Amino acid sequence: MPDNDNDRYLQGRFEVEGRDFVDAGLVSSRIKKGLKAKGINEDIIRRIAVIAFEAEVNIISYATRGTISYYILPDSIVFEAIDEGQGIEDIDLALQEGYSTADDSIREMGFGAGMGLANIKKSSDIFEITSEIGRGTRVKSTIMLNGK
Amino acid sequence: MTLETICERLSLKCKCCWENLKREVTGGYAGDLLSDVMANSTAGTIWVTRQVHQNIVAVASLKEHAAIVIVQGATPEKETLDKATKEGIPILVADMAEFEVVGRLYQLLYPAGD
Repeated sequence: MPDNDNDRYLQGRFEVEGRDFVDAGLVSSRIKKGLKAKGINEDIIRRIAVIAFEAEVNIISYATRGTISYYILPDSIVFEAIDEGQGIEDIDLALQEGYSTADDSIREMGFGAGMGLANIKKSSDIFEITSEIGRGTRVKSTIMLNGK
Repeated sequence: MTLETICERLSLKCKCCWENLKREVTGGYAGDLLSDVMANSTAGTIWVTRQVHQNIVAVASLKEHAAIVIVQGATPEKETLDKATKEGIPILVADMAEFEVVGRLYQLLYPAGD
């Protein structure tokens, strides 16, 4: 569940369906537009676009469904992706660049290169991930607004 | 340099968004792994790829690329062109292979050779 503390800062919450590659990028695009409308710094928007796209593609590639939410707090932007799905067996391994469990259909489209979670982590100031086998995965990224 | 000039010099066929060919190109990027392009390309870039499916438009739009160049004379999917039209991202097709497109593009964009 999302952090209740953050709920009053919620800017948007979107449902993502697994295997829906047709709409991949749609949620990221909406978040980007939402942040632009709020006048958030361009560099920060670019980082969140990477985080959102990778998280969205991860849900589509590996989960049954998921929810993506983002929050604008006074000092940071919080991005959260929670999915229902297979979960990740070994998170350290999944974070290694190049490691992927993607099947050929995903790889043929240029996804599944094993860079997704690593990209999310690199673009975040604080990166948190928890996962439960057979239940799903939760990724939370925090991007600080100071120093912009 | 504008997209228009690049299209002319490299004989690229524009498949949509002709109205945006006056757009300035600030650099180039080549890649077929979408996460790599997401992580490392910059705004204003002309992106060279062999991918033809619609997700390339999502990447180009999120990264604010100037245009996408599809290599080897490959045909972009109809959904790709529809989405590109909606997002205002010109899709350009080159008959050459990716290596040659990138080489010639590099010479055009950085004529001093450095």
